[in-house]
Amino acid sequence: MLRTLLIGTLLHAKHLSRSPFEIALALVIPLVQATLAVYLFRAGDEPHRLLEAAVGAGLMGIWSSVLTGSGGAIQRQRWHGTLEMIMLAPRHPVLMILPITAASAVTGTYSLLATLLWGRLIYRIPLDFRHPVAFLVAAVVCVVGLSMFGLLMASTFVLLRNANALANPLEYPIWLLSGMLVPIATLPSWTVPIAAVLPTTWGARALREATSGGPVWPSAGVCLAISAACLVLGALFLVSFERRARAAGTLALS
Amino acid sequence: MGSEYAIEAEGLRRVYRTRTGWLRPRREMVEAVRGVDLTVRRGELFGLLGPNGAGKTTTIKMLNTLLIPTSGTARINGFDVVRDTREVRRRIGYVFGGDRGLYDRLSGLDNLRYFAELYGVPARDQKRRIAELLELVGLTGREREPVDGYSRGMRQRLHIARGLLHRPEVLFLDEPSIGVDPVAARELRQTVAGLAASGTTVLLTTHYMAEADELCDRIAVIADGRIQALGTPAELRHRADGRRVVEIEAYGVPDTAVAALRDLPGVRETALEERGALQLLTVQSDAHVDVQGDVLRELAGIRLGRVNSREPTLEDAYVAIVNAS
Repeated sequence: MLRTLLIGTLLHAKHLSRSPFEIALALVIPLVQATLAVYLFRAGDEPHRLLEAAVGAGLMGIWSSVLTGSGGAIQRQRWHGTLEMIMLAPRHPVLMILPITAASAVTGTYSLLATLLWGRLIYRIPLDFRHPVAFLVAAVVCVVGLSMFGLLMASTFVLLRNANALANPLEYPIWLLSGMLVPIATLPSWTVPIAAVLPTTWGARALREATSGGPVWPSAGVCLAISAACLVLGALFLVSFERRARAAGTLALS
Repeated sequence: MGSEYAIEAEGLRRVYRTRTGWLRPRREMVEAVRGVDLTVRRGELFGLLGPNGAGKTTTIKMLNTLLIPTSGTARINGFDVVRDTREVRRRIGYVFGGDRGLYDRLSGLDNLRYFAELYGVPARDQKRRIAELLELVGLTGREREPVDGYSRGMRQRLHIARGLLHRPEVLFLDEPSIGVDPVAARELRQTVAGLAASGTTVLLTTHYMAEADELCDRIAVIADGRIQALGTPAELRHRADGRRVVEIEAYGVPDTAVAALRDLPGVRETALEERGALQLLTVQSDAHVDVQGDVLRELAGIRLGRVNSREPTLEDAYVAIVNAS
């Protein structure tokens, strides 16, 4: 099973990394995000938190990639006729869908690295992490968390033919609610319970704590626990939604 | 499960429900398959023939578990397609025609590796199995090239290799030769015949009569969601016994002229096929009535090419069956 997930993730990542559209986005978006983060924090008179801002901006990139991967990629598979072919495999549907969202998160990691690199080269942000090893671990935890969250979303996208229309509006609210760029404390109180159940909130917090100091491991642990819940729920939903998609005839375009 | 049949379908029916618009949603129901009954013996090469929209692909997709039937039942090697989905999927392969269904930016080899893994080919066998199949479909040496550089015929051969990775007992081929050049189509037919000879049950849908005639042990003609005729190619050909066919090459035949031909004494069927600027008009009549003179009189003033009178073929029988539905 692990082998299937690994090979699937590698091949989907290979497929994604050969798309001229994805490559163009990967080159431009991190630069825009690094610039956005720098000017936002400079304007807020918090230049000492520039690295934190760059990390948050990079995380936004991973999230965008996962969202595109779970919504857009499943829609593309539907267009290309590969969704039916993978769903026809005699395996649990998680083994078909998780590699797609995991590959999106893995390729999205590039966005985090590129944002940090642009920040260093253009805006001279020192890459001075308080806990460098914990930062790497937290980054991996974020990728795992986002993959599982992507799986949960992808389960609905398997059912719905216009999945990307549903996926696109989710991009900005999750950035905001998870505190990737703006601290959660500045948001209205009603957003707190929503933020608390998002793995992205805890992943972002773990990265921030590894960057500027704080207890990294509890946040990383909560992120992993929520990810596990996403995996279980995603697996249950996938079985149910795959059956409903076969009943509704939405695995194919026509 | 020791069923005598590889494929069994009873009263298979499928309705599609569509909804358009948000404020004032309009719901529509389309009955694509209206009660299909068929059985295919193990090792048989069975053809499903029909015009566009007849229900061929919907029937195949219900049999291969991609669609759940609205009513009726189907079994593959004794396993129910709705209840025992995974058991069915272990035993079937699915190949469809056209450009879709492959990861274009990956190589042919990567596509096969991925699907071998998904379809549960044991890791130790994958390399050997992939090499065997590349050899079978004639892609050895091209397997490391990206699929987006493949010709239509190469893609189709890769599709077949993918469909055979896990040695399926039943293979569904949905119009595999569509858009494939004549040489590639002949090679494809040889591959399919070889598979059937080795014991694989094959259900083939096709538009091409010659393909069905050459390959299939039995053929079902489907139109309007129902099986209209079922038998061996020879039995179906007999449906056109007692008929004669006049074929006329023409340019610019109006619909009114075709309608007028249908009313001529002795005429049973007419069909008009567009072949670029040329039209091929086929008129089937009772064998004992010579309609050629009357037909040419009706077409007076229209530019005509070659005129030919001949015995009916399987294609003529097919046209007669579909038109009668």
